[in-house]
Amino acid sequence: MLSKRIIACLDVRDGKLAKSVKFVDTKDIGDPVLKAREYYEDGLDELVFYDITASSDARNIMLDVVEQVAKQVYIPFSVGGGVRTVEDANRLLWAGAEKINVNSAAVKRPELIAECAHAFGAQNTVLSMDILRVETSREFPSGYEVIINGGRTPMGVDALDWALKGEELGAGELVVNSIDADGTREGYEINLTRMISEAVSIPVIASGGAGKPEHLLEVLTEGKADAALVASMVHYGDYTVSGLKQWLHEHGVKVRLRY
Amino acid sequence: MLVIVDYDAGNVRSVQRACQYVGMDAEISADPAVVAAADKLIFPGVGSAESAVDTLCDRGLDEAIKSFYATGKPLLGICLGLQIVLEHTEEGDKTCLGLVEGASERFEFSDRSLKVPHIGWNELTINRPHPMLKNIQSGDEFYFVHSYFARPVNSDHMVGTTEYGDKTFCSVIASENLFATQFHLEKSGALGLKLLGAFKHWDATC
Repeated sequence: MLSKRIIACLDVRDGKLAKSVKFVDTKDIGDPVLKAREYYEDGLDELVFYDITASSDARNIMLDVVEQVAKQVYIPFSVGGGVRTVEDANRLLWAGAEKINVNSAAVKRPELIAECAHAFGAQNTVLSMDILRVETSREFPSGYEVIINGGRTPMGVDALDWALKGEELGAGELVVNSIDADGTREGYEINLTRMISEAVSIPVIASGGAGKPEHLLEVLTEGKADAALVASMVHYGDYTVSGLKQWLHEHGVKVRLRY
Repeated sequence: MLVIVDYDAGNVRSVQRACQYVGMDAEISADPAVVAAADKLIFPGVGSAESAVDTLCDRGLDEAIKSFYATGKPLLGICLGLQIVLEHTEEGDKTCLGLVEGASERFEFSDRSLKVPHIGWNELTINRPHPMLKNIQSGDEFYFVHSYFARPVNSDHMVGTTEYGDKTFCSVIASENLFATQFHLEKSGALGLKLLGAFKHWDATC
């Protein structure tokens, strides 16, 4: 039976591990390579690195970080942030990323998803969506809107429509990231995750809001997520990956315990 | 020389990096002569079998892999590498290498909660002992990413199986000097590396 995955997300700014709350107040909190290695040894199922560096000069720093991680960590490793073209993606893949997360650039130019899926396979093309709760309206029938550029720019795109379109264009997985829940540690956005997971036939990774093991249980059962992304709760040392997995196992969730 | 077949199907560098980690220097090559003359061969691959088979044939690598197999030296297939050693794949209706009798077909589920591709960590059940699996036990989990699965004709070739939904599919094939896994050894943590490390010492017996 397939295990539910626990994925750690590391936001990287200028080569340092950073963490935001609701996409602002970003702080440096450590060395991403050391953290990645520590989580890997503690039974992490998958790793996501997100480049949140604003300037393009720092892009080579990110490639260097990716390369160092790839030499030490032998679990699926996806990288995103600032991927605008297949060439951007190829640089990251060459440095050692396994999967590519596309986000803002895909909203502006949806063909990017198809280009990536064609160039390195749907299974390595992950569509990451940053989503804000809005009033349900004709424009936003799902009650959720896609926001780009690190939570700053609304695009008038309904979240559920975008998820379905992403799947159709060839995304192999979706990361559903709630801006409302980001960094709050008050729990995932369950309704949003379930709505998207029930609508698509590709795996859905829930993101944003994890603060307690109960939150993971909730999103992996009620929220119908295939994987749960964690950040603050492990970065600050409040919980360990192995501890979370053991707790989930004791609460009836199938997770990988031997590693 | 250990050679990794390069046919534009996935990140061969990940496989090379993992080999290096377990103490095997590997050369990545798309040259049929190098592939056919290797001492040990790794045949990896992710993505579409359809374009993978086309690329293999265009580069003459299909014949090179067949000649290599005929020498009796150790051959390790990973993911797409496991599917392509069979005779046929439903993906694009392609004729494959035919080293092992059987075909690959797509996962079909009526239960929509079972996502395709099958992505994530899943358990291996070992059906019969094999030297490559000496440090692995049933219940160990490995990382899978695939939409198609292999159906070898001869159940004796089905060394390992895995369950997804109501389906039990073949996740490890072994036949003579071939050992192939549907899961990604290079992305399956310490247990995957252990299995890859076993390839270093494997004398191609089964």
